[in-house]
Amino acid sequence: MAQLMELDQAVSELIHAGDTVAMEGFTHLIPHAAAQETIRQGIGDLVLARLTPDLLSDQMIGAGCVAKLIFSWGGNPGVGSLHRFRDAIENGWPRPMEIEEHSHAGLTNRYVAGASSLPFAILRGYAGTSLLGKTANIKSVECPFTGEQLAAVPALNPDVAVVHAQQADSAGNVHIWGITGVQKEAILSSRRSLVTVEEIVDHIDLRPGGIVIPSWVVTAFVHAPGGAHPSYAAGYSERDNQYYSDWEAISRSREGFKQWLDEVIYKGERR
Amino acid sequence: MARRGDLQGRAAMTEETNEDQSSYSRQEMMVVAASRALVDGQVCFVGIGAPSTAANLARRTHAPNLVLVYESGCIGAKPTRLPLSIGDGELAETADSVVSVPEIFNYWLQAGRIDVGFLGAAQIDRFANLNTTVIGPYEHPKVRLPGAGGAPEIAASCKEVLVMIKMNKTTFVDPLDFRTSIGFGDGAGSREALGLRGRGPTMVITDLGLLRPDPVSCELVLTDLHPGVSLEEVREMAGWRLRISETLSRTVAPTEAELTALRALESAGSVKK
Repeated sequence: MAQLMELDQAVSELIHAGDTVAMEGFTHLIPHAAAQETIRQGIGDLVLARLTPDLLSDQMIGAGCVAKLIFSWGGNPGVGSLHRFRDAIENGWPRPMEIEEHSHAGLTNRYVAGASSLPFAILRGYAGTSLLGKTANIKSVECPFTGEQLAAVPALNPDVAVVHAQQADSAGNVHIWGITGVQKEAILSSRRSLVTVEEIVDHIDLRPGGIVIPSWVVTAFVHAPGGAHPSYAAGYSERDNQYYSDWEAISRSREGFKQWLDEVIYKGERR
Repeated sequence: MARRGDLQGRAAMTEETNEDQSSYSRQEMMVVAASRALVDGQVCFVGIGAPSTAANLARRTHAPNLVLVYESGCIGAKPTRLPLSIGDGELAETADSVVSVPEIFNYWLQAGRIDVGFLGAAQIDRFANLNTTVIGPYEHPKVRLPGAGGAPEIAASCKEVLVMIKMNKTTFVDPLDFRTSIGFGDGAGSREALGLRGRGPTMVITDLGLLRPDPVSCELVLTDLHPGVSLEEVREMAGWRLRISETLSRTVAPTEAELTALRALESAGSVKK
């Protein structure tokens, strides 16, 4: 059964230094509040898994929390580069960061295998690309029935999954609708899971296209309204496009980023 | 189903159109040419940026029944404004169906249900292979780019692929610094040897002209020049000795209707409806 916690308690109890942490949310429901709390608590040496390292990852990388990044697309959507991500890869700042790079299809299938408790997943992918030579976790396998060569990726089983959702009921059943991304697979592939929600409701009225993740696969849930900001939660908030644009200038220089870190994360209000 | 090329209208080189080329930009010419390459009723897997603009322009002009699929899981999205990311709420709200990310890649893309994939890139080579990963060596990149995203499997599994890329000395290079997505690999026979199911790139749409793969060698050939662009200019931009079609055509300039629709789409881009 999921336990209702405050954000700081949930982060400190579930996320430990050195953990492999999946923080998912595909352009929607990105768990920013939980990620910023992780930075605030100085939890480091993390292996961060995320399909789309965007602002969330840029902030964690710049703060020095990430030892290794498992990802498939790293950019500021609609704006351009991720400067802290680039600085870490190009210059090793603020610390050297190992990368394991995939395509979306490949990394997604790592979660699918993890959620299914299979050792690996197969896909038609990566053929003819340079990723094959650079990412050790992409191999080839022959179909035992047809002999076809297929790509294989190993299961990803993170220590903890962190996601944001619209609703939970008081028992911790989690309700997500709109773009549901890879959140269900992230939770089911992980040993522990932390879900922040916009609202805690008495009763879940399932929305069209919505999914419910039962409370007994959730470790902790947290009432964190606005916890996806600057991304959005369908039905609760709009994407803060200005924040994404502003991040370009804030993150461009190390000094600008350090100032943001100091003012917004260490001293200031959650943003 | 409408035939591709209704608006392609290749004018012969000798019949130079008298369009006023100052009334539109080369970027607009590129987007319009890309939108014309889409056929009404096709199912199109759309990346964000210029491909998304072109696909949405096609829906507003000659291809109202184009089915737009975004990798965030939005199938049949009908946005009223240009999305800033592939997961904008607008896409989900207007979609026929919204599916999870594993489902969009495994059941829809990998299964071969998508007619045309629409890709951009930082670099392209003579066989239309694409780089969106790094400039310089992978381990010590000069410029670290966003990476693969959905592109490798879009390039592999869509029935055909359209590529949109501005043409200059930094984009048209041979060899690529990194092959993120395959076009025709090392040339004729490469895709077949790898067991890829899609046909690969059928057209490369640039701000200067259009290129198509040679039916035998698969090497890109310049087949169309946009209005006001000289052959010398294009030759100079390619990082290899560019092949030119013997029947080189001139792209028809954007029509008033196309420009009006494109500008309306772009000016609505930042406005929340």
